[in-house]
Amino acid sequence: MNGRAVRYFIGHILRWEAILMLPALIIALADRSWGAVNGFLITMLLLLAASSLLLFVGQRGDHSMQAREGFVIVGLGWVLLSLFGALPFFISGQIPRFVDALFETVSGFTTTGASILTNIEGLCRGLLFWRSFTHWIGGMGVLVFVLAIIPLSKGSGESMHLLRAESPGPDVGKVSPTMRKTTRTLYAIYVVITLITFLLLVLGGDPAFDSFCNAVGAAGTGGFAIRNAGIGAYGHYTQTVLSFAMMLFGVNFSVYYLILTRQARRALQDEELHWYIGIILGALVLLVLNTRRLFPSLGEAVHHVFFTICSIITTTGFSTVDFNLWPELSKWILVLLMFMGASAGSTGGGMKVSRILILIKSLGNQIATMLRPRSVHIVRLNRKMVEDATVRGVHVFCLAYFFILAISALFVSLDNFDGVTTVTSVIACISNIGPGLNMVGPMGNYAAFSDLSKIILSLDMLFGRLEIFPMLLLFAPAAWRRNG
Amino acid sequence: MFIIVVGQGKVGTTLSSQLCAEGHDIVTIDNDPAVLKKLQETLDVATLCGNGAAASVLEEAGAARADLLIACTDGDEVNLLSCMVARKLGTKNTIARVRDPEYDSDLRLLKDEFHISLSINPELTCAREIFRILRFPAFMKRETFLRDKAELVELRVAPGSQLDGLKLMDLRRLTNEKALICAVERQGQVTIPDGSFVLQGNDRISLTAEAAGLVRFMHDLGLPAPGIRKVMIVGGSRIAIHVARLLQRNKVRVTIIDNDEQKCHRLTELLPEATILCGNGSLQEVLLSEGVKDTDAVLALTGFDEENLTISMFANYLKVPKTVTKIDRTDHLEVYSNAGIDTIVSPKLLTANEIVRYVRAMGSRSGQSMLALSRFMDGKVEAMEFAVPAGANYRDIPFRALQTRKRKDTLVAAIARNRQLIIPSGDDCLLADDRVVIVAPRDVSISALKDVFPGGNV
Repeated sequence: MNGRAVRYFIGHILRWEAILMLPALIIALADRSWGAVNGFLITMLLLLAASSLLLFVGQRGDHSMQAREGFVIVGLGWVLLSLFGALPFFISGQIPRFVDALFETVSGFTTTGASILTNIEGLCRGLLFWRSFTHWIGGMGVLVFVLAIIPLSKGSGESMHLLRAESPGPDVGKVSPTMRKTTRTLYAIYVVITLITFLLLVLGGDPAFDSFCNAVGAAGTGGFAIRNAGIGAYGHYTQTVLSFAMMLFGVNFSVYYLILTRQARRALQDEELHWYIGIILGALVLLVLNTRRLFPSLGEAVHHVFFTICSIITTTGFSTVDFNLWPELSKWILVLLMFMGASAGSTGGGMKVSRILILIKSLGNQIATMLRPRSVHIVRLNRKMVEDATVRGVHVFCLAYFFILAISALFVSLDNFDGVTTVTSVIACISNIGPGLNMVGPMGNYAAFSDLSKIILSLDMLFGRLEIFPMLLLFAPAAWRRNG
Repeated sequence: MFIIVVGQGKVGTTLSSQLCAEGHDIVTIDNDPAVLKKLQETLDVATLCGNGAAASVLEEAGAARADLLIACTDGDEVNLLSCMVARKLGTKNTIARVRDPEYDSDLRLLKDEFHISLSINPELTCAREIFRILRFPAFMKRETFLRDKAELVELRVAPGSQLDGLKLMDLRRLTNEKALICAVERQGQVTIPDGSFVLQGNDRISLTAEAAGLVRFMHDLGLPAPGIRKVMIVGGSRIAIHVARLLQRNKVRVTIIDNDEQKCHRLTELLPEATILCGNGSLQEVLLSEGVKDTDAVLALTGFDEENLTISMFANYLKVPKTVTKIDRTDHLEVYSNAGIDTIVSPKLLTANEIVRYVRAMGSRSGQSMLALSRFMDGKVEAMEFAVPAGANYRDIPFRALQTRKRKDTLVAAIARNRQLIIPSGDDCLLADDRVVIVAPRDVSISALKDVFPGGNV
């Protein structure tokens, strides 16, 4: 383990967290909400002190790393990011209990959008802004951001370990030959689509503050609303813009890169994209048929069902209507979508469409091999063979996913809520969605859970966002040994 | 520049890492996913798995936008095809590794069809390097700069020789030839010395001198410059054949030992004037009975690094004046040179260097200013050739006055002006359109001449 590399990168993460708090601080200052100003200032000072110390110790010398350092930096970095990010809520006194503040912050950074707040509008605007902005930071990833900015040793490919550990998907690769260009391209695409969404929302007549918070909420596929009524508080225009924005942010960003580099044909041939769109349309038809009678007109039904599906499959978690009141079939289709999640390489969570595809294809292969033992099969994605190692990785990932789901549900069941609440709360957290069913449905929240459950669910959100292994490795003693 | 490297064997990976370190955008193509995975973890490059001669793969790699494609797979035919396809897709320049000399005529015949900007034969490149070394056996390495006018050579200071204990500013008293010692390696540490530096025995030094005056310089310093008349080559590889041909053209007697009978027959057929022996050249008795003691140089060119090393060590032990060792795995070069194996050639490094040089020249056409580069002292020191830009604020000022503005760890090693070579002293200065050689340790990043003179305006 090269502690120097770990200190160096974590130092940079914390420094940038302090810088990224600035807009929220300015808003709090403008609103003269001194509690929040205090909270931000103290946190920023702490962050700067900690990062200066880490960078002072880690600045010089050798920052070389292996896969292990990559995992540890990402896992530890996110935990620290959340701990510090929770401080403004706590210090300002607007979320009086630290566990609650932490839950809210983890939920923000992991783009979950699960809230413990019963009265969202009770928070001051500075804190609301920070709460939504964490979605945007966490959506594309804080290390991707750091890699785009800090000086890297030229020509070395070791930062690949960081990209691999933080970015979602079964097989992470660079879109452009160098790391610097890759991360900058990703962020450029991210910023541009976010800005377009923001402008469209402003043009629709929403206040700029609301538009920004909703735009970043959709961009990170997070789902924190800043109104008690969620997105239901806005008009149809806003809801439609957000539906499409969420859908776009659930697409693999390399598709946009290909379009930018005039390879649109290759981009549109992406198998995962076909399935992603196909599943959205399929679910739309089924759900509209199933919920038609709940809405006054077919147009209304399509509008709200489309919004809900986009919100759930991209794991955003915005809501316009209470889907908890929908028929059972619709609810369970939504739960299945929660499991699946968005595309690899997007800002969305869940298991990812491409993993499900690989899983189903390898299942098919297994059946074919059992029927005809001599036949040879491979898993193909985008007409290319998927490496055996990748397929195995997907199997292990799914196994770990359900394992963590089961263990977490066991802990949460201590709170003695009904089964649907228990299970869907864990699914909603590990898939980074936010709302589940029953008590944690779109109109509910997580306030009633015990501290233990909140901590377990916070961990689940981190497990889900970082795709399990970086977090899991933090608990392995061997990861911390010098030469283990 | 945007460069595609096809084939990630020995040469391919070396090339990728060097070009990547120079800040080019690299896409590498290979058909072994394991190699690519490893590569992606060590280098900041994009990788693509597939056949590098297939149009679909090249298209995906971005051949349409590429400035250069370098094909260095094992197969000559694949490389040629890859270059042709890339060219058709829109790649601006292509470099192919073509090792089979039988294709030489094809290359000439089909020059326009292949569209190859440069074809490289690693074995021939290596053979030429060995030949150059043998012409001045006292040098561990020789390189020419400034259109072959300046020589940059590397040698070891023999304990007790005239150089041992010499203060560098006194060098001019020993010889009238102009020479400048530009880097010294002592116990693994490299220094760029100034005039007060004192040499010690066993220092490894590199110096620049005028090509024409090198022989006299060596003579003035009392360094033996024995002519090589008899060479023994162990291992009848392709390199051996190329070297033997070059040597014979210069009337050197060549003996080649190989233990493969069929190969020996073929060698006899190809090299009628050489003595071909069939036997195991790594055995002491074979070497001794074939008169290794009386040869002027032993070239260890078998396919195995270990065998080559043992042969060279044995030859050193017998005090054969010069040994040259071929090494493929280059990660231990420093260890070998500490063990007394001084002159090492590595086809992969030589090939990669030659290609990198070409890429740099391409860059200089497109506005970057480095014209040539070579590495010394196991890659710890770089010598770079630049043209002095017309508007530079450091020209027309004697070096003596420039001292405060020049980086201390760099050295102006030679200047070419109007077909004249100047080995600079404090009174010289740079003029517009001069070409200069700069020597600096590798960790000092110099990409333009202005990096050497970072001080502001005077």
